[in-house]
Amino acid sequence: MTLPDTLQLSFKAIMSYRLRSLLIVFAMALGVAAVIVLTALGDGARRYVVNQFSSIGTNLLVVLPGRAETSGSFPGAVLGQTPRDLTLKDAQLVGRLPQVRRYAPLNVGVAELSAANRLREVTVLGSNANLIPIRHMQLAQGSFLTQGSAQSAQIVLGAKLASEFFPRSQAIGQRVRLGENRFLVSGVLVLQGESMGFNTDEVVIIPIDYAQSLFNTTSLFRVLVEVNSRSEIQSAKQAVLDTLKESHDGEDDITVITQDAILATFDRILHALTLAVAGIAAISLIVAGVLIMNVMLVAVNQRTAEIGLLKAIGATAADIRRLFFVEALWLSLAGAVIGFILGQFGSLLLRFAYPQLPAWAPVWASLAGIIVALIAGILASLLPASRAARLDPVKALGKK
Amino acid sequence: MIDLTAITRIFHMGDQVVRALDDVSVRISSGEYVSIMGPSGSGKSTLLNIIGLLDKPNSGNYALDGKNVTALSENEQAQIRREKIGFVFQTFHLVPRLTAAENIELPLILGGIPPKDRCLRVDAALLAFELQDRAQHRPAELSGGQRQRVAIARATIMQPTVILADEPTGNLDHHIGGEVMSLLEKLYESGTTLIVVTHDRELGARAHRQIIMRDGKILTDQANDPA
Repeated sequence: MTLPDTLQLSFKAIMSYRLRSLLIVFAMALGVAAVIVLTALGDGARRYVVNQFSSIGTNLLVVLPGRAETSGSFPGAVLGQTPRDLTLKDAQLVGRLPQVRRYAPLNVGVAELSAANRLREVTVLGSNANLIPIRHMQLAQGSFLTQGSAQSAQIVLGAKLASEFFPRSQAIGQRVRLGENRFLVSGVLVLQGESMGFNTDEVVIIPIDYAQSLFNTTSLFRVLVEVNSRSEIQSAKQAVLDTLKESHDGEDDITVITQDAILATFDRILHALTLAVAGIAAISLIVAGVLIMNVMLVAVNQRTAEIGLLKAIGATAADIRRLFFVEALWLSLAGAVIGFILGQFGSLLLRFAYPQLPAWAPVWASLAGIIVALIAGILASLLPASRAARLDPVKALGKK
Repeated sequence: MIDLTAITRIFHMGDQVVRALDDVSVRISSGEYVSIMGPSGSGKSTLLNIIGLLDKPNSGNYALDGKNVTALSENEQAQIRREKIGFVFQTFHLVPRLTAAENIELPLILGGIPPKDRCLRVDAALLAFELQDRAQHRPAELSGGQRQRVAIARATIMQPTVILADEPTGNLDHHIGGEVMSLLEKLYESGTTLIVVTHDRELGARAHRQIIMRDGKILTDQANDPA
């Protein structure tokens, strides 16, 4: 029997048991679709998080005071010293490194903002003009500490604060009071919403000097450093560590976090999660495979007389085996293809329902779904096919 | 030429041993018309199955056209069934989901005949057995006589040298049965060996040689002159 004939004959068998074939194909398709949609969801979540991270800045180093790891003895402990503060002078030293494009020192605190007979507590960020580009924030109006105005008492309001305090008038140019000091509103941030658990709509930004005097401190909370390019991140990190060690009398008492490291961790976690979800979905493919096996065994039983006849008119055991094998292959192939389409459609619906979630199924997941479906179908057909091929023709013909 | 020597076929039914064929030797020349008769359980169907290579004897020798076929592999036996033997069954054994034409085509497909040739030969067969207007009908839509005609067309499409018919008229009424027998006899007249198993005396008497079996042995084997 030639291959085209085998394909055709088993295809006819599938078409003549329509309901049965439809149900099996449906089961297989659901399995494949589940793999695709769930991995789309998992990978979408991963990409969502990655996007969130890059929204707080790219090629970012975060310098913070103190060491976040334990190593060796700490001579300061003997002398009764605490780790050195991170100061503005340190920030300026870091800013002079060749790998650094720009830096923003950062102080964070809470103060009372009052204007136009309104009053509320706000989160205060003290920094320089670079904070806005480094953190990928955008000004809707005005400016912050542009050249020549570095020392003036300027304040930038979050979008929500601006509209709350000045619902009817322009916020820019208004005078506000923050703590004991008066500031001139020089800019308003674009409405951005929450990102990484931090709502930029409800913060104010003031120059670092004012923030330090407001909070009565000389030490910095963080220094944000933007490196020239991605490839320089590691050397920049080392340079920052070396520079600050020198400035801190040879003491290794700061920590530098690269955004990449955080990102990579999240990436790994979510990738593992996606794999786990795909694995769970793949179980449904195995179930579909078992279903195919069951249906093919029933088919062998149902068609015993037919198998006997085929043998009587000269079919070899291999012919019979191939017929049943190809029949199962057709079923799983149809299931895989329909499942793939269903899965892509499901991901499309997901992207419609949650526009922020880039729910695209990764190629490996689609391929793996289809291949596992085919393998499950092939494995499931082996037992029924060999059982059919081994049937004794005389007994098979005797069965009605 | 069919040459069976000391064929024994034993079945085990529970702990009982049944000798379906007990040391049977028979020789049937090419172009003979033989009827095998006997009561149920006499071994006549088993004999037919062994001649048709569907069953294997426990002992004894079977030579077909001078070639020992008992020692052949399963694939080689399948090839002989495909090319030299045509089966006609009491219950027709048509594939219910295939049309009449497709049923007739099956042996050609198994034989790997190209589709063009298949089409020609199936059309010729449909014409010869007066089934042209039934070609696209499924077995369920055919009468008993038509079904057996399809089965005979299928059995002869590969132009076998031997036709084995097991109670070919058992499921047909007397009149239609007679017509089917005439068709089979036509094949015999064109030179095919025809072996018919039946327990209908009248039908058995139409053959030119009658073998009567009982308890797995040949009781009588004589020439017969059909009136």
